[in-house]
This record gives sequence, C-alpha cells and structure tokens, in this order.
Amino acid sequence: MQVTVNVNGTSQTADVEPRLLLVHLLRERLGLTGTHIGCDTTSCGACTVLVDGVPIKSCTYLAVQADGRSVRTVEGLVEGGKPSPLQAAFKQEHGLQCGFCTPGMLLAAEALLADNPDPTEEQVRWALSGNLCRCTGYMNIVKAVQAAGAAMRSAAGVAEAETAEAPAMAGGAQ
Amino acid sequence: MLPPRFDYLAPRSLDEALEFLDGHGDDAKVLAGGQSLIPVLKLRFASPAWLVDINRIPGLDEIAEQDGHLRVGALVRHRDAERSPVLRERYPTMAEAAPQVSDPLVRNLGTVCGSLAHADPSGDWGAVMLAMDADLVARSKSGTRTIAARDFFDGPFTTALRPDELLVEARVPARPGTGGAYLKLERKVGDFATAAVAVRVTMSDGRIGEAGIGLTAVGPNNLKATEAEAALAGADPSDEAFREAAELAARAASPSTDMRGSAEYKRNIVRVFTERGLRRSVAMAIADGGA
Repeated sequence: MQVTVNVNGTSQTADVEPRLLLVHLLRERLGLTGTHIGCDTTSCGACTVLVDGVPIKSCTYLAVQADGRSVRTVEGLVEGGKPSPLQAAFKQEHGLQCGFCTPGMLLAAEALLADNPDPTEEQVRWALSGNLCRCTGYMNIVKAVQAAGAAMRSAAGVAEAETAEAPAMAGGAQ
Repeated sequence: MLPPRFDYLAPRSLDEALEFLDGHGDDAKVLAGGQSLIPVLKLRFASPAWLVDINRIPGLDEIAEQDGHLRVGALVRHRDAERSPVLRERYPTMAEAAPQVSDPLVRNLGTVCGSLAHADPSGDWGAVMLAMDADLVARSKSGTRTIAARDFFDGPFTTALRPDELLVEARVPARPGTGGAYLKLERKVGDFATAAVAVRVTMSDGRIGEAGIGLTAVGPNNLKATEAEAALAGADPSDEAFREAAELAARAASPSTDMRGSAEYKRNIVRVFTERGLRRSVAMAIADGGA
C-alpha cells in the first residue's frame, strides 16, 4: 500500500505492507533512527512520536494508519540547527543519562508543554508516566521539563512585550 | 516485532464497514485504538486475514447526552473520557476510571468501546459499564441490537458480539442524584489491575435507590456483584449496609493467585474497595441532590 506521511514538515511517500509499524517506517525506511525501540510491547514509551500533535507509541501504530497525517520525531525538534528549548533544558538539567528513553521523553514533554506551558511537578510526572527511564533519572527529567516551560514562557513574554512596544515607539517617533 | 501478514481496509463509512464484516466477519478484526489488538497480533495470539480500520469513519467519536442517556461512540478514546466535562459532572464512576486506564500514551489512542469488545478480564471499562447498567449497541448489516452489559461478557476475551457486528456505542442511563467511584490497585502505571472495583450509587428519598458494582481482574471476565447490589437496593446508607455489601462483593469475586497477589489478597482488596467506594459514592450522591 502507498502511504504519504508528513514527517517533520516533509511529505514522504512509501510503499508499505499493512503490517509495517510506524516505528519501522521511521527508522528503517526513512532513516530516522532517533526514535528508539525499547520494549516493543507498548510498555516503555521509548518509541513515542507525535501524530497530529498527539504523543503515541509508534510500536503500537501501523504505518498505514498514519497515511495523510503529520508525524513529528525527535529529529523534528531541532530549530534552525539548534537544540529546541526543551532539548537545551535536558542538557542543562542533566535530564538524560544513557539517553535511550530521551527521544520519547522529549516528544511526550513537548506535547505536555504545548497543552500546559507551566506544569507542576505532579503534572509533569503524570504526563510522562507512560515513559520509562531505565537509568531511573526521573528527578532531572522532571526538572528539565519545568525549566524548559519557564524558558519558553519567558521567551514568549519577551516576544509579546516587543510586539506591544512597537506601536508605542512608532507613535513616540511621530 | 511485526504482526503476521493481513490485508487492510479503511472504510470511509459505517455502511461500508458493516457490508465488509457481513462477508468477512469471521476472518476480520476491527481496529479502533489498536492498543490491545496490535500487541495481540505482534505476540501472535491472533492472525486475522483482514484488519478493518474504523478510524476514518466520521461520527463515531461522540460523547454526548441524548434522550436520557449518555452515548459513548466507538471512537471515543480514553483521553476523551478523561477530559470530558459531562463525565466529570454527571458520571463520576466513568470520570474516575478514565485516567486510571493504562498510561497517558495508550489513553491517547485506545478506545472505550474497543476495550469493551476486547473483553480482557483485567479491563477497566467492563466493570464500569456493569456498575452503570449500561447498554451496548451492536450494529450489523442486518440491523441494530442492544445488549445489556450484564449479558455482554462471556469469559476471557469473549463477548456476545457476532463476527459481523460492530460495537458502535455504549449507552449509559443518565441518573440524577448519582455518586460513583473507581478504585484500582496496580503495581505501577500501565500495568493491569491487581484488582479494581467500580461503584455507582443512586439515592432516592434518603435511601439507596439503586447501586451498581462491577469488578475488574478477579474472574474470567468483568463481574457484576449482583447480590451486593440487591442488598443495597432500598437500604439505609449505613456503615453496616456498606460492610455487608462489601462482604457480598468479595464473595462474588473469584480471583486467581498469580504474580500480582494471592486469591485471598485480591478478594480482600475487593472487600475494602467496595466499602470505600460505597461510602464515597453515597456522600457524592447526597451532595448531588440525591437525598
């Protein structure tokens, strides 16, 4: 079957068997190996990606189900060649040890912050409760997500203030 | 780990899906959220010739009240139930159960009706629908059939659904003055329940008018604690009545000893959870104006 999926902003067409899982399409056909396969039994969340903005386990989703939809993987988080605020916060707060769970954690956290830019510790833990860290490094993962939220809020605040100031300055110049 | 080979159909209308199931029902499985079905395929517990993906059929994702009941469509996901204001306000048993199903990622895809049709004895929604005395609506090419939740479950992973039928909707009676609870013991998020109890109490003139109790993971399928329910009907909401009903619910359970606990332990969880659930449900029902 032919499927067309928008992956990280680029339309990708592939001929696939119906039984092909989305994670295999991403890793083996499109070469996007940032999405990891952990348990392969819907338990660990290492393979988490966003489908139309919603985090799901790509080992439990068929590639054909993604036909016509948008998929975002860890490769799609990078902004202009730089780590996203969330990725930067994971580095800053030591939110990763071996790194195996990190892509899944990042995507699940990305969806959380899009929904709730200022989550409490409990809300972060709740949102990430389907993602397992085999190093048990949860403390710093939670800290990183909250730090990223703060950084993104402050960046949005600066941008808003600049937009608000611009007309006033134009007015003052007259 | 790939599933076994199958052919795939993604019908764009309910009629198209039912037409296909009419001819191929015996060789087909319906794919809704896939959070049980895909693991089942990967583990080779099933190898259907066809998968009928209903996700592209419009109109099946509604959760809304209509004509004295709540309709939960075939594509309502656990996440939708978790976020539904209607459930939070008027169907507390369901509102409490939704966020306890599996984990957040699974809840983003898995569906309420899919969970019912899969009929895992450890599934949460079966116990909830038994406590709510819900009706399950099955459609086939030849018509529509309404099956009471109590007649739906027929052993592990076995239901009253025919191969040519699709579970299109769960229908839950709207009852003013109702309280409810879902108490679940799990070893960790995402694990199946060690045991869980769904409770629903509808008050009437200061007494318990009607009670529903459903049990999870303590028998060959979700169980309805009918003797406990009968003992509560018309009873004063007293500690004694709660204790007696809890004993009866524990007796209705037939758990097995496994890695999650001994049969005796699970039976005791049912007793404790039923009593707690009743106490909480009655207080909620009274606050809801049911006294």
